[in-house]
Amino acid sequence: MAAVASNSSAQLTQTPARRTGVRDMPWLNAKFVAGSIVILLTLLFGLLGPLFWNTDLAYTASSPLNLPPAWVEGGSPDHPLGTESNGRDMLAQLIVGIPASLKVGVVAASIGMAVGILLGSTAGYVGGWPDHIIRTITDSVITIPSLMVLIAIAAYVSMPDTTAMALILALFAWPGPTRLIRSQVLTLRERGYVRMALLSNVPTLEIMLVEMVPNMLPWLAASLTGGISGAILGETGLEALGLGPTRVPSLGMIINYALNSTALVRGMVWWWLPPIIALVVIFTGFFLMTIGLDEIANPRLRGYSNVK
Amino acid sequence: MSSDQKVLEVHDLSVHYFTPGGAVIAANEINLYVKAGEIVGLVGESGCGKTTVAMSILQMVSAPGRIVGGEVRIEGRDIVNLPERELRKIRWRKLALIPQGAMNSLNPVIKIKEQMEDAIIAHERTRGAALREKVLRLLNDVGLPERVYSMYPHELSGGMKQRVCIAMAVALNPAIIIADEPTSALDVVVQRVVAQTLLDVKSRLGVSMVMIGHDMGLQAQMVDRVAVMYAGNLMEVGPVESIFEQPYHPYTRLLIDAIPSTKQKKPLKVTEGLTHDLRNPPPGCCFQFRCPYVHDECRQKRPVLKEMGNDHYVACAQFN
Amino acid sequence: MAGLTRGYLIQRILMWILTIWIGVTLTFAIPRLGGSDPTTAMVLAMMNLRGYVENANQIIESYKQSFGLNDPVYIQYIRYLGHVVRFDYGFSFARFPTAAWDIVTPALPWTLGLLSVASVLSFIIGVTIGSLMGWRRTPRWLQTILPTSLTFTSIPYFMFGIFLISIIAFKLHWLPATGGYSMSVNPGWNLPFIKDVLLHAIMPLLSIVLTSMGGWALGMRGLMIGVNNEDYFLLAQAKGLSPARIFFRYGIRNAILPALTAFALGLGALVGGSTLVEWIFAYPGTGYTLYRSIQDQDYTVIQTITNLMIVITATGVLILDLLYPLVDPRITYKRSVSS
Repeated sequence: MAAVASNSSAQLTQTPARRTGVRDMPWLNAKFVAGSIVILLTLLFGLLGPLFWNTDLAYTASSPLNLPPAWVEGGSPDHPLGTESNGRDMLAQLIVGIPASLKVGVVAASIGMAVGILLGSTAGYVGGWPDHIIRTITDSVITIPSLMVLIAIAAYVSMPDTTAMALILALFAWPGPTRLIRSQVLTLRERGYVRMALLSNVPTLEIMLVEMVPNMLPWLAASLTGGISGAILGETGLEALGLGPTRVPSLGMIINYALNSTALVRGMVWWWLPPIIALVVIFTGFFLMTIGLDEIANPRLRGYSNVK
Repeated sequence: MSSDQKVLEVHDLSVHYFTPGGAVIAANEINLYVKAGEIVGLVGESGCGKTTVAMSILQMVSAPGRIVGGEVRIEGRDIVNLPERELRKIRWRKLALIPQGAMNSLNPVIKIKEQMEDAIIAHERTRGAALREKVLRLLNDVGLPERVYSMYPHELSGGMKQRVCIAMAVALNPAIIIADEPTSALDVVVQRVVAQTLLDVKSRLGVSMVMIGHDMGLQAQMVDRVAVMYAGNLMEVGPVESIFEQPYHPYTRLLIDAIPSTKQKKPLKVTEGLTHDLRNPPPGCCFQFRCPYVHDECRQKRPVLKEMGNDHYVACAQFN
Repeated sequence: MAGLTRGYLIQRILMWILTIWIGVTLTFAIPRLGGSDPTTAMVLAMMNLRGYVENANQIIESYKQSFGLNDPVYIQYIRYLGHVVRFDYGFSFARFPTAAWDIVTPALPWTLGLLSVASVLSFIIGVTIGSLMGWRRTPRWLQTILPTSLTFTSIPYFMFGIFLISIIAFKLHWLPATGGYSMSVNPGWNLPFIKDVLLHAIMPLLSIVLTSMGGWALGMRGLMIGVNNEDYFLLAQAKGLSPARIFFRYGIRNAILPALTAFALGLGALVGGSTLVEWIFAYPGTGYTLYRSIQDQDYTVIQTITNLMIVITATGVLILDLLYPLVDPRITYKRSVSS
């Protein structure tokens, strides 16, 4: 018995000893910070861009046709990144397109997240038949090739604006978060401090908010950033196929026009490359955030190199 | 004493864990030996470094831990800093392990026979029918039925799994077996069965063993000599009868007092105070914060193991 | 081997049906929830698109017949499910009177070939890289090289395809840019044709494999790090087994199990992604056919391909699910405990 009492005291002193230094601030994970900075910069580009550049140039026939970028012979300083075959300025298109794409991703992923939190915590917390049903449906939906269904839907419904797009993308944005949150709630429920709270009759909501959510934060954030890039991927795919809203310029739409106008064959690199670079930067930013958050949530993933 | 009689010798072994906050001294100049056919118990509370000692004997201290000094001699040969290739030849043939967590020590997706055969194939030329015979005999020796041979770990109980581990450990008749709390995580009845199996095997094969544990009661019944560890340091080593008859160190006395008895009801003794920060040990005795007999000398000079006669050593200022 | 139990088999087949049902129901219901009547919409759109009217009445008639335009929604829905079960969606809109199904079938082998090779290749390469990254004993030089394989991980397949076309086909002229085979070869089992098909498949394959293997590698790295700390892994080391044996039998053997589950769950995303790849490379599979039918507003073909791919994906998942107990003997046991 004395051994038990002294056990815990020995551990008490040891645990803090291993938790000092860098590990005191896990959110300062290099990958997470780098990814956040990248996303912040793209966001600023979209938000501050209209202050410095005329975004009306993003629409058809607002500029001369087929101008190369300013640094190439034949380019003009009035259109630094050039223009395309429909008379749209590339820089203006990027300034309008980047926040449009980000918005769709964020809205769709947030809806997916909200549904995921609701279903996942219900399944994990309540258990029994609600859990069984939610789990079965989630596992089914997750294996559906969502882009196929989205294409079939978008082929029938003309997409009026980006909000409609976000709503339709949200149809498939919830199974991931649901699975994750369910498993996290199941794990956390078995933890000592949550069991203590359960036994001492703390209200369910309070247990979830006070005891569980803070522990799940990095997981939730990772799921959100992953969900945003997933939604942007679906959005870009639909737009590139020409199934997106056609009135608002978006990154996917630029790609669609470029490919339909054989920009690849005509060597108009300045047309198809910038939207792809913008998307790759966005995806890389969210990807870094996601794996950084994974490492924050699961310290073992930080690898051996920094402890050896 | 000639060293050929000592199967295992540990000299001044120190293991540090290099964490961002500083080096944790998990084992500090440990000295220990095991004679042929002998069981030495290594006791202490969890976190005192006994598993670290076990892992460093096996040369399996994992990062960020590292052996920073000392020797581990198996049949006279120092194996610290031996290259991996050489080490692999010694492992299991000379030096086997009965692991701590019986529940997770067997690979859940591989049949028992394959896991046992793996260990044999890696070191011997036994193959085919002879191999099968050998595995079946080993299972039989630890009292497991033949059908266990082609079963998966999840089809066995905790006690059966641990007996598979025992059978596996003696497969190559090693010079020494490290048993890391072989009976913890089992319920009391099963503990007895497993302990008995262990003793049977030991008496039949005459194998030497280091038995790690925190249960003084269990140790009293199984081991020949006891080594008591606290916060990475050895406090007292001696023959089991001598330790129980005349425990010198206050910490040893505390552990023995903690054994529950049905004959008399004793009030539980819990010593106040915390273990020191292992990264930064105080000068003097490492038990000073919890010792009821602490005095000035304890805070200044670190006591070393001193023989009290009859192969019984203690590291305490009271007896220096 | 624990093998298949009847309960597990039935459960998986029910999941297969459920997945297909949810998928096809969504494609049926969402447009109608949005207030549009897709059948009328498609007929009108087609009328707009095509100047000539010679077939129009016939088409509309056949549509009214096969879709029962005037029936209540639930009747239409039941009939729709009938189409799904029989894989019969009537005639192609754009190429009347060809059956939609007959337009899709020639494309199927191309897609199945591309998908199966790409998915397996990317999984195998990714798992190998990830396991080595997560293994403590991987040589240092390898540890430093391996992460470079993650470079393209966050790029969508089809965008990477655009890069490949512009560089490898248009700049360097190493490989044909688009199509499944050249006009100059005779389709059939002859060497020039097979060689030509393989050449055309390289870039579509690369754009899927190079971008998706990093995801498997990252996941597998985490799983392998977890296994590294398992007691059985340590015991295998204590047994003095060779590093290769520990790596395969006590490392990958265990770490790959959750990765296989993730592989099954990821099939849907792969199918969607490869659709766009086929489009970029004008690869004659279902994805490209889908793109063409979107251009032609050929709704029956869109419907056929979409539902076919839902069924194919679900079947892929079902096959993996049924094979899973062969690699994880605990599975039937776990199911019987949990349900």
